[in-house]
Amino acid sequence: MDRLRFKLEKRLTPSPVMVFIIPLVSVLLALLLGAIFLSLTGQKPLAVYTIMFTDSLGSKYGFTETIVKAIPLALTALGVALAFKMKLWNIGAEGQLYMGAMGASWLPLTYPTLPIYFMLPGMVVLGMMAGGLWALLTAIPRAIWKVNEIITTLMLNYVAILWVDYLVFGPWRDPKGSNFPISAPFPEAARLPELFNSRIHAGLFFAIALAVILAIIFKYSRWGYSINVIGSSERAAGYAGMNIKRNILLVMFLSGAISGLAGMAEVSGIIGKLQHGISPGYGYTAIIVAWLSKLNPLAILIVSVLFGALQVGGYAVQVEGVPAAVATMLQGTILFFVLGGEVLTNYRVRLVSRNGEERK
Amino acid sequence: MVEKIEHLEMCGITKRFPGVLSNNKVNIHIKTGEVLAILGENGAGKTTLMNILYGLYQPESGKILLNGKHVSINSPREAIALGIGMVHQHFMLVPTLTVCENVILGLSKSFLVDLKTAAQKIKEITDTYGLAINPDAFVWQLSVGEQQRVEIIKALYRGANLLILDEPTAVLTPQESNELIQLLRNMAAQGNSIILISHKLHEVMALSDRVTVLRDGEVCADVLTRETTQEALAQLMVGRKMAPCKREGTFSPGQTVLELQDVFAHGDKGTEALAGVSLTIREGEILGIAGVSGNGQKELAEVIAGLRHLSQGKITLNGKESTKMSPARIIQQGLGYIPEDRLHVGSIPSFNIWENLILKDHNHPPFAKHTFLKKKAIMAHSASLVATYGVKTPNLETATGRLSGGNIQRVILAREITRSPVALVAAYPTRGLDIGATEYLHSKLLEARKNGIGVLLISEDLEELLSLCDNIAVLYEGSVMKVMPVEATNERILGLLMAGIAEET
Repeated sequence: MDRLRFKLEKRLTPSPVMVFIIPLVSVLLALLLGAIFLSLTGQKPLAVYTIMFTDSLGSKYGFTETIVKAIPLALTALGVALAFKMKLWNIGAEGQLYMGAMGASWLPLTYPTLPIYFMLPGMVVLGMMAGGLWALLTAIPRAIWKVNEIITTLMLNYVAILWVDYLVFGPWRDPKGSNFPISAPFPEAARLPELFNSRIHAGLFFAIALAVILAIIFKYSRWGYSINVIGSSERAAGYAGMNIKRNILLVMFLSGAISGLAGMAEVSGIIGKLQHGISPGYGYTAIIVAWLSKLNPLAILIVSVLFGALQVGGYAVQVEGVPAAVATMLQGTILFFVLGGEVLTNYRVRLVSRNGEERK
Repeated sequence: MVEKIEHLEMCGITKRFPGVLSNNKVNIHIKTGEVLAILGENGAGKTTLMNILYGLYQPESGKILLNGKHVSINSPREAIALGIGMVHQHFMLVPTLTVCENVILGLSKSFLVDLKTAAQKIKEITDTYGLAINPDAFVWQLSVGEQQRVEIIKALYRGANLLILDEPTAVLTPQESNELIQLLRNMAAQGNSIILISHKLHEVMALSDRVTVLRDGEVCADVLTRETTQEALAQLMVGRKMAPCKREGTFSPGQTVLELQDVFAHGDKGTEALAGVSLTIREGEILGIAGVSGNGQKELAEVIAGLRHLSQGKITLNGKESTKMSPARIIQQGLGYIPEDRLHVGSIPSFNIWENLILKDHNHPPFAKHTFLKKKAIMAHSASLVATYGVKTPNLETATGRLSGGNIQRVILAREITRSPVALVAAYPTRGLDIGATEYLHSKLLEARKNGIGVLLISEDLEELLSLCDNIAVLYEGSVMKVMPVEATNERILGLLMAGIAEET
């Protein structure tokens, strides 16, 4: 009697169909798993999902809120993707976002009367510099002594978040703010213009422009080619005469600067002041977004909207008594299924009998 | 105790991989005490066939008969239980464990490990076959040849009496190869069967009793070793007559293109790897570096390419001192370099062919302008290189790692030679390549010589050095023992110098 079993066989080339199908199926499977979980907790999954998605994508308000969340996600994910492309595992986007927010806030808090054409560009530059230099702190030991950047970037997240806390609890606290840990409100000149009569702000253009620029760099530029070589094999890059140390410093700086820009856009476009807890973890979710997008900048824009919608939907279902953590759970399970599904991109499943004869 | 393998037969084995028919109705057989060599070029299906025997792959059709009985082997575990052992080309040892721990790895079924009994049993095995290994040594302390012996012990410990060895001498020095051949002969004489996978003719001749030749997945000959010759086997294997490359024309070197003066450098472990090396290479000259690998060859190539710092000494490349130049400047100054590790240094396996071809030129016209790559110029250039150098590939977008070793080397060679360097360093350029690819590489090196390039050829294949080089230097423990014109030397002289024995004159 033959026993049938499955066998994985490596594909000659990754299946192009699977590249598209897997993320889709992964999302569906994640929803299914989430549904089981929801029904176990006594909810009606279908009703919860309907609320999640109609509220986040179905109404004008919901959709614009989704975009509002997608902007910092996209920016930090782009920053992360740039570093990941060179196999620099920068997981410090959260901290770089906070430092960017701080750098950008310094200008309106110190010189509140600057005109808008100095104020906004100045905030962009300072925010990016702050985020970039913060990332550079980890790049220098990485380049010179090969200190593992995963640990250093992660650790500096806590430092950055606490440093911003120190500022808003201490020296930068608004004297008129009745002791809340918030800075003085920014002047109008320090606010990014809002679009479409909603909370969507000009940070959207930053995200789109950067995605396009990075896509072009990755695909068509000499520098993008070098990043790719260094990321694929440092030894081959050295052999080809590429300056690996300089590229580590440069890429890490730019990666941090882009996340810093996300911080600037948040304080200038949404909050209008520096305060405790400006990000609900955009810099961490960005890692998932970048990975799901396979580091493709244009895909990052789309995936960010999806994850923005999940977040908004999560807030929406709270009204129904469902915890907002449903969104976080779905984010996690989607990544889980995508990673699992990657096996199918690179391997083909065959059914064979025990004595090796092939069935299908 | 497992039943002793008296006779083993594989009949009508067919195995297909996506896009290739790797084995087509292959028949082989072997009996106890026999050494069977499976000979064939890279990609002929030798390794696939052995992986089927070892239970790693399942054939689409065909059967395996052991002592006349039909057996099915679905995993290496089942193969081992039948008494079949395999020593892979790449060792599967844990460097931080001792020999003894490595041998029993995965065997112990109880919670506690009885190292003492294991060590005793290992000692019995090593005594029987004259394998000198200390069971308490850590694997990282062992030389490559010793590590291979640990792999053999591993197989014997598990009760193997049919041993499969995949390209066993590919990683060994000539001396170690000879020792291995002795050892395997001895093992066969004591009633074990050995299957040897190889494309090296001289070791097949020295070791085997019978040769089965595979070509394109099919058996094309099955002959007794004593009734055949190297030439006949080569012809069977490649399917055409071979014309060995020979240096021709008179040796008329031009100006010095690369000069090392009293170069010292440290190796990766911080010990002195080069101790006062002085060499001169002129236009149109092939200078060979002979020596057992690990005597400073790797470091020699790297200091010339600027990838390793000199602690002392001076290097002059194309008339300019290059001692302190960056690798990028040295490339511009006219150095071509075929590195020892063609898969991780010389090319990037996940990159496609055109991406690998512009590895060193992606910053210059015509392949780049301002910030951007010029895809059209790159593709045209790549297409012509692939055609000129006969790289066998479906297209230019194919990942280089999917090509055979010989074709990857052609890609690297194409890139390095068309950059028209003044000097070319080639480190073990034919290591692991089959006859056809080796022949091609030799002809290209000779062509480079004819075109006035100064070539530094590092090799451990004495035959190769003697047929290609104008001058040969022997490297021993980081110093040059002697530089001699090729006419004034032979294998015996080189062998002595390689062992560090200076000739008495």
